[in-house]
Amino acid sequence: MVLIDVIVILFLAAGIFFMFTGVIGLLRLPDFYTRLHATGKCDTLGEVLIIAGLLLYHASHYYHEAPLVPVKLLFLIAFIFLANPTATHAIMKAAYMTGVKPWKLGEERR
Amino acid sequence: MIEVFLAIALLIALTILLSLYRAALGPGVFNRVAAINVIGTKTIVLLVIIGYIFERPLFFDISLLYAILNFIGTLAFAKYLERGEVWS
Repeated sequence: MVLIDVIVILFLAAGIFFMFTGVIGLLRLPDFYTRLHATGKCDTLGEVLIIAGLLLYHASHYYHEAPLVPVKLLFLIAFIFLANPTATHAIMKAAYMTGVKPWKLGEERR
Repeated sequence: MIEVFLAIALLIALTILLSLYRAALGPGVFNRVAAINVIGTKTIVLLVIIGYIFERPLFFDISLLYAILNFIGTLAFAKYLERGEVWS
């Protein structure tokens, strides 16, 4: 039981690390496209890691009380994996179609 | 494990606060839409962790609903900005 808790804490810490990496990229990078490049991948992986850790915790501790909750968490993982890159692609295509120029080296930060 | 979940929830709230900077001050509307999408997807995870802190399984249903609403809202906003209308 203690080993399962340690694995869950490792999953949660890895997820928090990826989410902080995405937010630092969102704040620091110089352009709209590079900001979406940072958040579109790091946030997806971080959230999926955190929900996977919680799924492991639930399956090891509370499985007999509520056996339907891991199915909901699996649906949530699948939906985040599908929806988050799709939304990122939609915003990026909208920006490219309306004429936002990509940032080049030596230009000013936007 | 409740303390660990509380610490993780506070750290997620800190990341939401940091990305709220880009949503408030970001130049142009696309930066704001991207930051709102990021905040919405972080809120899903925050709702799941709140469900474990308070030990209420109802929060998972709310997080599923919030995931769908956030995705549809972002897609509709992107299509509106691209074409000037939602339905073509």
